[in-house]
Amino acid sequence: MSVVDDTIDWFADGSHWSGDDGVPIRLVEHLGYSALTVGVAATVAIPLGLWIGHTGRLRGVAVALTGSMRALPTLGLLTWFALFIPLGLTAPILALVILAIPPLLAGAYSGLESVDRQTIDAARAMGMTELQILTRVEIPLALPLIVGGIRSAVLQVVATATVAAYVGLGGIGRYIIDGQAVSDYPRMVSGSILVIALALVLDAVFVGLQKIAQGGRAPALSTSNA
Amino acid sequence: MKTRLTTALAVGALGLTLTACGGDPTEGEKSATGTITVGSAAFPENEIIAEIYAQALEAKDVKVEKKLNIGAREAYIPALENGEIDLLPEYTGNLLLYVDKDATATAPDEVVTALGEALPEGLEILEVSEAEDKDSLNVTPEFSEQEGVKSIADLKKIDGLKVGANPEFKERPYGVPGMEKVYGITGVKFTPISDSGGPATLKALLDGKVDVANIYSTTPSILANDLVTLEDPENMIAAQQVVPLINSDKATDEVKEVLDGISAELTTQDLLDLNSKNQGKDKTAPAELAKQWLTDKGLI
Repeated sequence: MSVVDDTIDWFADGSHWSGDDGVPIRLVEHLGYSALTVGVAATVAIPLGLWIGHTGRLRGVAVALTGSMRALPTLGLLTWFALFIPLGLTAPILALVILAIPPLLAGAYSGLESVDRQTIDAARAMGMTELQILTRVEIPLALPLIVGGIRSAVLQVVATATVAAYVGLGGIGRYIIDGQAVSDYPRMVSGSILVIALALVLDAVFVGLQKIAQGGRAPALSTSNA
Repeated sequence: MKTRLTTALAVGALGLTLTACGGDPTEGEKSATGTITVGSAAFPENEIIAEIYAQALEAKDVKVEKKLNIGAREAYIPALENGEIDLLPEYTGNLLLYVDKDATATAPDEVVTALGEALPEGLEILEVSEAEDKDSLNVTPEFSEQEGVKSIADLKKIDGLKVGANPEFKERPYGVPGMEKVYGITGVKFTPISDSGGPATLKALLDGKVDVANIYSTTPSILANDLVTLEDPENMIAAQQVVPLINSDKATDEVKEVLDGISAELTTQDLLDLNSKNQGKDKTAPAELAKQWLTDKGLI
């Protein structure tokens, strides 16, 4: 009768693994929303972060802005957007993009800042253009931190994309929100476990990616030392 | 990199959390013997009625404490049972479904009779009021006119009917299953919108994203947008009369008299007015609205 047993039963029930409300479909939906969100957010935040990191301009603004964006509650934003954006993907993706931008932006500009000034000066002395410095020196050296930013964004978005279910979309959030609506706690716990498992798996993937980005080099300086 | 250790710790912590779920999350202090602790669900209308109960009892020198805004039934019914709170405004139909998942009664009297039998030991309902706040299916006036829809039964002729409501509507007997069983409406495309018939549901209806929206019958937006509330000739949607749910130990004759007096006066129209004042421009606080209502009715 305990929640643990009921949850195990929930996962063991074959009917929960097929059909429109089955785990595979919900996982794919969840990953789809997350990928779309991180894709949109990266398109905006990474070039901007690289520009800030390379030029050193607007850094104060970026720090303040991303700091305050982090404080915005995604569910609150979503509810607010839902008041004037018609039902569909736009409102939840927008709310999630706002969640994903700060870590991506911070990863990009702090990654560039972590690159040793002497290395950049040396590159410039060798006659590299600014674009060459950015693409051949700064980005490769900053890559571990940039990937770290993506990792952090993916983790937050995957963990939060459950809110999409709040406005009628799918994803794993359906189990949590529908489960709560009919007091089906095993379903809610199962949904939560799926989200946690998905987040951990993706995080492990990004640990690997970060190692690849690192190459054989020593870890880049962290932001606090920059 | 500490990631591997962190992951291991996270997995460990998850295991612990799950094991800990067996405990009772609602443990708290019992209310004192001579005091009635009034609770309410976490939505304004319920809070207003709770304030009405509390202030009327206080006016009769009953010692009252308030613990308003306690989430949903999952949270406050256990709190009532363990004596943390003693009194709370309830709605007959949904309360019945909560205490008896398989209940089938939908007509007002049947629901009250069924509740008398199904309520857990130690809890009872007093006199029901005429006021009802229940799920109601609404369409826009244009849709009603074009499609000739006035009752839920008329929805049968519409192919691929789009319905927007809270997620539970998909599974509850007054929802999609009921529409099929009671009215023979099939092929419903259901969109779950988790704001209890609030602004997002209303917007979906007005935008035409859904044809029919479930909005509680005392929601000001129904009047404000001239929505057509569909008739329910077969009583698919259970009666939801407002009723005081009380801990039997605290239901003294004096307390009963006060609460029955309120139930005798409270109407659906009153709820609509109170909600409109609470959610409209004035945003009048529940306590203030309760005081006005009691004064208008000559109860305090």
